[in-house]
Amino acid sequence: MANIQRSGAYKTGSVLRYVVLGVGAVFFLLPFYLVLRNGLSTEADITSPTWKLFPSSLQWHNITDLFKDPAVPMARSLLNSLVIAVVQTVGVLVISGLAGYGLARIPFRYANAVFYFIVATLLIPAAVTFVPSFVLVSSLGWVSTLRGLIIPGLFQAFATFLFRQYFLNFPRELEEAAQLDGTAYWGTFWRIVVPNSTGFIAAIGTITFIGSWNAFLWPLVIAPDQNSWTVQIALSTFLTAQTIDLPQLFIAAGIAILPLVIMFVFLQRWIVEGVERSGISE
Amino acid sequence: MTAQGLQQPALATGRASLGRRLRGRYDRNLWFGIFVGPFVLGLIVFVYVPIIWSVVLSFFDAHNTVTPTKFVGLGNYLDMIRDGAFRSSLLTFILFALFIVPTTFVVSLGLALLVNRARFARTFFRSVYFLPTACSYVVASLVWKLSIFSGVRFGLMNTVLSWFGVEPIAWLSVTQPPWYWLVIVTARMWLQAGFYMILFLAGLQRISPTLYEAAAIDGASGPRVLRFITLPQLRATSTAVLLLLLINAFQAFDEFYNLLSSSGSYPPYARPPLVYLYYAALGQGQDFGHGSAGAVILTLLIAVIALSQNRILGLGRRED
Repeated sequence: MANIQRSGAYKTGSVLRYVVLGVGAVFFLLPFYLVLRNGLSTEADITSPTWKLFPSSLQWHNITDLFKDPAVPMARSLLNSLVIAVVQTVGVLVISGLAGYGLARIPFRYANAVFYFIVATLLIPAAVTFVPSFVLVSSLGWVSTLRGLIIPGLFQAFATFLFRQYFLNFPRELEEAAQLDGTAYWGTFWRIVVPNSTGFIAAIGTITFIGSWNAFLWPLVIAPDQNSWTVQIALSTFLTAQTIDLPQLFIAAGIAILPLVIMFVFLQRWIVEGVERSGISE
Repeated sequence: MTAQGLQQPALATGRASLGRRLRGRYDRNLWFGIFVGPFVLGLIVFVYVPIIWSVVLSFFDAHNTVTPTKFVGLGNYLDMIRDGAFRSSLLTFILFALFIVPTTFVVSLGLALLVNRARFARTFFRSVYFLPTACSYVVASLVWKLSIFSGVRFGLMNTVLSWFGVEPIAWLSVTQPPWYWLVIVTARMWLQAGFYMILFLAGLQRISPTLYEAAAIDGASGPRVLRFITLPQLRATSTAVLLLLLINAFQAFDEFYNLLSSSGSYPPYARPPLVYLYYAALGQGQDFGHGSAGAVILTLLIAVIALSQNRILGLGRRED
């Protein structure tokens, strides 16, 4: 009897759990749906006095209209964002990957001091440094250039920190086997360590790409010129403008999130694993 | 560090050609430089130099110039501390943190507990809650401002309220009561909760099942297990999550800027510190002196909060 009651209670609990999870899921997916709905609607549909769950007809031409509109530098902004995100991701992986490995594996008298020198910058919130960074980058003459948008973002202390923690736990036996062959650090790193760390590299790469693609404050500060806008700046400019074409704005937002959603679907497993292994929650 | 590493005869390697040194397996200092050097160099140029420059600028009168001549000592700092608008921006942050930190903490922990115990479709739910992490604040602000919380009658939220006979609310432009907080907090929560849920899930997976088995034998049930096993075991994760939430709240900029500014104007009642500094340093006056002083004050404040929280909650117990 007691058993039956217990399993009954368990089932009620379990059903309740799925109800909560389901309702939560609807709320979490709703904004994505709204982007899609508004992007494929007519302006009249969006501003209709009664709220509509579905557009009265799908306006696929909104997509081509967006790219044809000379007032909206959408293609240029997307290209800028893509170049910046790809270069920054590759750059961070190489620069921080090497540094993390060096810190974890190469015995050097002042390695600990160097490590603390790096970790200290983690205490300084990146966004607070935008005033001094702007001053530096503008005095280099890099305002509204891809250099100004890309290069300061290549040196990520947090990525280096994560790589170091990861390489500390990398199985030494694999490296020792390679070193007996007379291969130096360089060869061991590229031929043994990197091919065996693709999961972690994918995780850091995805996180870097997302951060770079979604960056807002730095591009806002350093790229006032329309030719150097990223997709986030373009969106923001139309969002805060006086007159806006709503469907066009939402279709642009949809295009801005599409690459990341696709990436997420394919690489999510790695991101989760990377976060789990990052040691943040240990 | 091994003894071998310390015994390297630096002079002997110094005489050998670079090619030989690179080929040699034992020139560790050189290899350390090759691996770590580029990163450290970049960090010095793009992080340390700007910070030092900023500290220097904060002692000068620097309008529209980055090579100022007029030294004003602590003048900029005193101005900023006396400046009611800057102080109110710090207060705005404190209010914001008081809203966002506990709510996000509870929501992400709750989601993690629910998802962790879901046997069916667990990966699906994890993905759904994690997916907003891929979204930018700009896109979220756009949806929140123009679709969900648009002040018009046909906005989603006002439509739902109208079913209950509630009059439409101008979410982003009323200050009494300050409904814009609801808009800002829910947007940030939607974007962030999934990430912290993943951290909690990772923490939950590390709890040994034997602890739960022992609790089951003792006849402990749901709330007691949560109170006496799950939460204490998640202590380290909770500390990290709290710290990250606080630091991120301090750096809030994107959603405030995008939700509240319109064609060049920005309401003064909702300026967190970074928005304030943005307008001070890069607005009309280009006042780098005061902007830098404000940035230094903010940095010190965040460092103090991070360090004291670290002290109180003991985050630093990680190896090395």
